[in-house]
Amino acid sequence: MSFTTAVTWLVGLGVLFVAVKPVGGYLARVFTAQPTVLDRVWGRPERWLFRVSGVDPNYDMSAWEFAAALVVTNVVLLAAVYVLLRLQVSLPFNPQHFPDVRSSIALNTAVSFATNTNWQAYAGEHTLSNFSQFAALGFAQFIAPASGVAAGVAFVRALSGRKLGNFFVDLTRACTRILLPLAVLVTLVLVWQGVPETLAGYAHAHLITGGRQIIPRGPIASFDAIAHLGQNGGGFTHANSANPLENPTAVSNLLYAIVMGLLPVGLFGFFGIMTGRMRTAWTLTAVAGVLFLGMLVLYYVPEAAGNPVINSLGLHGTANWIGQELRFGTGGSALFTTSSMAFSTGSVATAQDSLLPLASLGSFFGMFVNMVFGGKGVGLLNMMMFVILTVFLIGLMVGRTPEFLGKKIETREVSLALLAFLVHPFLILGGTALAVYLPAARHGVTNAGAHGLSEILYAFTSAAANNGSAFAGLHAALPFYTAAISMVMLIGRYVPLVAMLLLGESLLRKRTVPETVGTLRTDGVLFGGVLLTSVIIVNALAFFPVIALGPLAEHYLLMAHHLFS
Amino acid sequence: MIRHTWTAVRLFVLMAILAGFIYPAIVLGISQLTMAYQANGSLVHYHGRVVGAKMIGQSFTSPKFFHGRPSAADYNAAASTASNLGPSNPALVKEVKASLALVLKQNPGLRASQVPMDLVTSSDSGLDPNISPQAAYLQVPRVARANGLPVSVVRALVTRNIHGRFLGLYGEPRLNVLELNLALVSLVKSNGS
Repeated sequence: MSFTTAVTWLVGLGVLFVAVKPVGGYLARVFTAQPTVLDRVWGRPERWLFRVSGVDPNYDMSAWEFAAALVVTNVVLLAAVYVLLRLQVSLPFNPQHFPDVRSSIALNTAVSFATNTNWQAYAGEHTLSNFSQFAALGFAQFIAPASGVAAGVAFVRALSGRKLGNFFVDLTRACTRILLPLAVLVTLVLVWQGVPETLAGYAHAHLITGGRQIIPRGPIASFDAIAHLGQNGGGFTHANSANPLENPTAVSNLLYAIVMGLLPVGLFGFFGIMTGRMRTAWTLTAVAGVLFLGMLVLYYVPEAAGNPVINSLGLHGTANWIGQELRFGTGGSALFTTSSMAFSTGSVATAQDSLLPLASLGSFFGMFVNMVFGGKGVGLLNMMMFVILTVFLIGLMVGRTPEFLGKKIETREVSLALLAFLVHPFLILGGTALAVYLPAARHGVTNAGAHGLSEILYAFTSAAANNGSAFAGLHAALPFYTAAISMVMLIGRYVPLVAMLLLGESLLRKRTVPETVGTLRTDGVLFGGVLLTSVIIVNALAFFPVIALGPLAEHYLLMAHHLFS
Repeated sequence: MIRHTWTAVRLFVLMAILAGFIYPAIVLGISQLTMAYQANGSLVHYHGRVVGAKMIGQSFTSPKFFHGRPSAADYNAAASTASNLGPSNPALVKEVKASLALVLKQNPGLRASQVPMDLVTSSDSGLDPNISPQAAYLQVPRVARANGLPVSVVRALVTRNIHGRFLGLYGEPRLNVLELNLALVSLVKSNGS
């Protein structure tokens, strides 16, 4: 391991670890309407925003109301993005004169950006105008993650014995107090590192070799800042964060890896502070942290060892450089990819399709469990879902009524948690099975054999987890995939969100049971260990068979120098 | 419910203006005023003409120039892409073998064990502007001969162009192929006159 790799990992993980409590504390002040430093800037405009749009900040919503407000806002967002993409020609800031986006791609993109997935069935640099990028996709990249934050915040409020709150207030404050100010800072650092931020059209270079080159430019830095802060993960260009225009240096690469994680880890701290159970919050942080480290190592070791068939050519060095950018190094690419998969961002700095099978397994794992801190709000909800399932399993084993934070976990809670959990494997495995069954979909793969299965599996996993990265060899613009992936993104986003909001409200309505010596502790090494084990076992039960047919089969055959033609 | 829908629409429009227009306008203004070079794409000028962008790799095939990595996008910066070939795809092995054969042919006397992996594999963006120091050094004899320069001078040029690490300690050692070739052109000119 190189010195730079060590520095990258230590700084990245260190900053995120240190951020848990202070970011959590800041979130707690923002979402309980306590004074913060930004009140001087935002106090007045915020009151004006609420008045004009008719939001009563003191009105508390029920879980159904909260869920409905979330879904309605997201539908409005989806419709707006679709319309703007379809009208691209008639709108300003289109220096390359790109035509209107065709309807299937526009719909897929609108769903994708509204659900915080940011799956891209198009190539930005020859499809979208600057207007579509900074306006249509720009506001979607704020509102979609802010919706997730609002849901996570409401759930934590319920756990802490407070009412769920008001969706519109939480959405607004997530944007004004968190996403916007941070996005401004991150954009400026990115520009300093060399990411363009301009409305000028593409530049034309006359090369010293006599040829010509078109240099795409645009408001890239402001796009990528919120793409990572909000775990959106869409790219301004097709190559996403591997494109040197979007991610020019090892420094910008590290910044992205940290920025993606800032709010997801902060939400774990937020949970602890709001419920007064900081020990439980640290236990959950440790469980997610162990899984994060596991994913990091699982990426790094096979990539550093390289592809045995390529290595038999006897070149200098062994590490896999196929689909990798030199400036990040294997260690930098490992941290970026792990962050992107753990925090459900879905931006990529390396070609996922060309990763060695074991390295891609880390990406699969992150998206399967979707709670290694996870996306904004949603990651915490998934963690809570696993906590409730674990508490229930322990209750079964020791023959006592399961409890969490002084509330009894009964049929309704377990049913809702199971619903939130089962939607995920159902969408992933069902979608993959359907695609493998249909010849039109099966022919959309670039690589044969086990790797082809991985391409399809990855697409549905990414869509269900609202991640958005891809084994990009898959022809995602095929009608089957634009339609099926859109469906999976919608169900995968809203069903678990609504189920968890209802679960939160159901817990809120229960009487608190006083803790006794007999109460199961939900903190410490023992509970953390059981939680970790249950997460692994439950997911292995769902996904191991398909993993064995995809990445694992490819790994073992590759070790034996077997290729798929 | 209808009340909430109407609220959602109004709030959405206001937030869209804030996030979709005011935010990019503010950062665009600051970036253009304080960091115009980077904000406009770090364009590289040579004799008053734009000859490329610092971040974006270019295709160099003449023996007189240092060559970059193979590219699935053929260094078309308006169509960034990876090959997306899986590790078990025979096409990938064929591609790497062909790239290796080309490097060995262009640089006579070289052995496969001296060729670093990055010089024969394509990047994710297809626009990687960098090569490793080893990939640059192995091209020195060819470039020196093609330009009629002493090997030691070209070797020193490569050494001078290895990118300094950020803050002296951070980042993988590498060279920017465009910058290296521009420095080479200047060197050839000053030697010729």
